[in-house]
Amino acid sequence: MKLEDKLFQDRYIVDEEHPHLKIKDPEACLKCEVKQCTQICPSEVYTWEEDHINVAYGDCLECGTCRVACAEFNNIEWRYPRGGFGVMFKFG
Amino acid sequence: MAAIEKYDLIVVGAGPAGSAAALVAARAGLRVIMFERGEYPGSKNMFGGVLFGHDINELIPNFWESAPVERALIEERYFLVSGSSATTIALRTKDFAEPPYNGFSVLRARFDKWFAEQAVAAGALLVCETLVESLIMDHGKCVGVKTGRADGSVYADCVIVAEGVNSLLTRDAGIHQEWKKNEVGVGVKELIKMPKDVLENRFNLKGQEGISMRILGLTKGMTGGVFLYTNKETVSLGFVAMIEDLAARGFKPNELMEEIKSNPMVAPFIEGGSTVEYTAHMVPEQGYKSVPPLVHDGLLIAGDAAMISNLLTGEGANLAVTTGRLAGEAVVAAKAAADFSAQGLRSYQDALDASYVMKDLKQFKGFAGYLHGNPDLMELYPQLANDFLKGLLTADGTPRGAKAKALLAEVKKTKSLFGIAKDLWRGWRVIK
Repeated sequence: MKLEDKLFQDRYIVDEEHPHLKIKDPEACLKCEVKQCTQICPSEVYTWEEDHINVAYGDCLECGTCRVACAEFNNIEWRYPRGGFGVMFKFG
Repeated sequence: MAAIEKYDLIVVGAGPAGSAAALVAARAGLRVIMFERGEYPGSKNMFGGVLFGHDINELIPNFWESAPVERALIEERYFLVSGSSATTIALRTKDFAEPPYNGFSVLRARFDKWFAEQAVAAGALLVCETLVESLIMDHGKCVGVKTGRADGSVYADCVIVAEGVNSLLTRDAGIHQEWKKNEVGVGVKELIKMPKDVLENRFNLKGQEGISMRILGLTKGMTGGVFLYTNKETVSLGFVAMIEDLAARGFKPNELMEEIKSNPMVAPFIEGGSTVEYTAHMVPEQGYKSVPPLVHDGLLIAGDAAMISNLLTGEGANLAVTTGRLAGEAVVAAKAAADFSAQGLRSYQDALDASYVMKDLKQFKGFAGYLHGNPDLMELYPQLANDFLKGLLTADGTPRGAKAKALLAEVKKTKSLFGIAKDLWRGWRVIK
């Protein structure tokens, strides 16, 4: 089963104005060889696009794995979405 | 926003720890406000799926009569998988199908909502869709929280942080560092729906009975495991893997999930089912060694935010309930003594240390390190068990004595008997 079909089952209220995930310093990603975020995120929020990391924060399951995995560079600014926004589990 | 200027207690997070704390404090007559960032309590919460009942039953006797539990778990099955074989070790007991039961499968979006409602019924004020952004500190003492709402600062004599494993508030307050990659795992789960009768026939269940399965051998040697729990009309299937291992091995979580689902020993359990939700959450894995200082001036930490979980027994949510209860009780005592300093709140630490929660955490403090240092346990041992038993049970005309010898020789090729003995001995030392 494709990831996009799974994420389609999840309910999200996306905060269009305030992304809760940000790359702190895009330059640092150029120096990062492993780009762990592009591998380890369960909903594959992070993708490498030529010269930068694209952050599809609207798919985020809010687990926090990316933040812990990016320990060497500590380059992900990870906040919770504003109250009432983000993924809303129907079952959990 | 707040109805009154100052509360006795602010609780951050309406999960098992937060709601337990709010319930206890509200019952004692304290003015309690509880913040929840989700649309409703539970809407941000996910776990594998088992809630052991003892801890909640202490707070709300016979809670299962009104709580939205899924199934009473009557079987604990260990399923050691390699290739197309599996060795099963299981306890099934009808005793767990009777009150006071042992554990229930639970869906958190439903259960946590119900639990928070009990705190509200006791008098706590619940404010949802509200993110607590930071703790308000005054001369080293926590005096309130800043929320994301306009004019969103709220003050109290004490704050209990129960915001879960991400615990940004206490990290930003300098109480602990960001978790390290070997301190947390990531749990990924699919909720797979199937007709009730299909599910009950498949797992040999009647009425409210359910089973809990822990599957070893499918995490490619990574510290963690695969779990499968039966709910009323769904199966919770997922895995937990230590983030350090997942990072080092380079697996994509969803690809690993798909591999697990298509494994010949797992696929029959979910055949014909359809995925209705895909979730992920971090899990504290190191237990005792990760627990930060929990008692501060005007501040207590409970639940996953305190990194309290037991990797060996699979307990987490029930431990959260007890930490929340003890934190709530400490605040009630501090209120009576009008002392909310760390000294006045110390009874939380004392009660926690005296409880089974901390005693177990201390006893098993080496367990995560033991697993992490022995990838063979997660992969090679299930295979050895399967190969040995399969060989021994195969009737092919070879005398069994000669066969046992040959099988043992095969085992020795992979791992010396001394090595096996050493692993077992170390394992025993770590849990005894």
